[in-house]
Amino acid sequence: MTTSLTVIEPGALLLIEDLGRAGLEHLGVGASGASDRRALALANRLVGNPEAAAGLELLIGGAQLVFDFPAWIAVTGAWGTVIAGGRSVEPHTATRISAGESVRFGMADRGLRYLVAIRGGVEVPVVLGSRSRDTLAAIGPAPLTAGDVVPVGSEPPSPIPGVDVVPVDPPGDGTISLAVRPGPRADWFGSAARAALVSDEWTVSPRSDRTGLRLEGPALGRVIERELPSEGTVPGAIQVSSDGAPTVLGVDAPVTGGYPVIAVVIGRDLDALAQLRPGQRVRLHYE
Amino acid sequence: MRVLPYGDRALLAEYGDAEETIAAYRALEATRPPGVVALVPAARTVLVRVEPTALTLGNAERWVRETEPIESEDDPGALVVIPVHYDGPDLSDTADLLGMSVAGLIAAHSAADWRCGFVGFSPGFGYLSAADWAHEVPRLATSRPRVPAGSVAVAAGFAGVYPRESPGGWRILGRTDADLWDVDRTPPALLIPGARVRFEAIP
Repeated sequence: MTTSLTVIEPGALLLIEDLGRAGLEHLGVGASGASDRRALALANRLVGNPEAAAGLELLIGGAQLVFDFPAWIAVTGAWGTVIAGGRSVEPHTATRISAGESVRFGMADRGLRYLVAIRGGVEVPVVLGSRSRDTLAAIGPAPLTAGDVVPVGSEPPSPIPGVDVVPVDPPGDGTISLAVRPGPRADWFGSAARAALVSDEWTVSPRSDRTGLRLEGPALGRVIERELPSEGTVPGAIQVSSDGAPTVLGVDAPVTGGYPVIAVVIGRDLDALAQLRPGQRVRLHYE
Repeated sequence: MRVLPYGDRALLAEYGDAEETIAAYRALEATRPPGVVALVPAARTVLVRVEPTALTLGNAERWVRETEPIESEDDPGALVVIPVHYDGPDLSDTADLLGMSVAGLIAAHSAADWRCGFVGFSPGFGYLSAADWAHEVPRLATSRPRVPAGSVAVAAGFAGVYPRESPGGWRILGRTDADLWDVDRTPPALLIPGARVRFEAIP
């Protein structure tokens, strides 16, 4: 018997994501995948899925889903009010949803992106080794819209782990500190700009998405003004556009770029980028 | 060449020119050790991404420095032939810009020994350059919002083919029915870094 969920409301942006498609960067395709990978892996573990199973990534909230079978779900990443049939779905907790019961995601109070695992995993066709939507390259399953029916796989052999509480803090709502290391073009910037990067407080711009997180603050002036031939990029690279504004590249960023990269957010802190809200303060420091 | 830092899980190897870059990329690809998760060639650089628990940045740097480039005379690589209808909207303007006849432009474009240096801009969009193509063609002043898939185009010192419909500012010389991008094919891109390419005029 096939099982599925139906999207009643998609909310701000509802995507199918797994841990991404590696190894195609040289063909112009980035890894994409869940923007908060630890959160998706945790949600999958909570419902007994392999960590890399595909789930849902919901921006901010406003989604409503209905399952046509008794499902187990777990919600991680952003924290907000999630209601299933009048009961509250607690974060980081495997929760039984009855067939026909709707699950509503309120606006996130902390963080920006909910990650939702469903026991069995989302089973849309694999494209280039992944079920992830790359929003920039338009590869993988299209963003979900009202009425979409999403297939869910059969239950994995592993049981729901017997844990009562997973002690993970909600995403921080104050100033977030991220560690960086020097980028390849740090010497294209003056010492004042390199100092400002790690001494000033930055504000997350509302013009941010899965391709990049734009930071508002002082303009970072260059000492080398020539054009940079395109070069490879990584998620977390902080590239500085001609107006001096830094952008931290996200999971769906282009795989090459022509703006100089002054510094790079270290791997451990990449998931935190996904949960930064517009207007939130950020401090960078050298590791 | 120089090796530049790139955070805690990548480094950037920078070479003297495009030819040296692709020769180095081909050598790195041929000797790639476990722990290298991506090798991304670009105009003058190869980005080396590692999984640091499998390969340290220090060992990756040593490998990059010790790898001798593979010159194209030693191993020319596979040849991809792309049949072209030379009837693009910018064909005669581009010929005028270069001070050539349309027939001369077609002859030069289809005679050149192109090589794919890198893929960027969009999935499967290969940047082709050739020693026997020294024409710096300016981009259009205003990009087209929609360039059809299969458009064969030139800009700066490069040639390329749009793999999918997208916006674009390159000058379109013609079109091809060749399938540049197919997600059900391995590899999905027809033009991969290092590939030799020849355009063939369809009479």
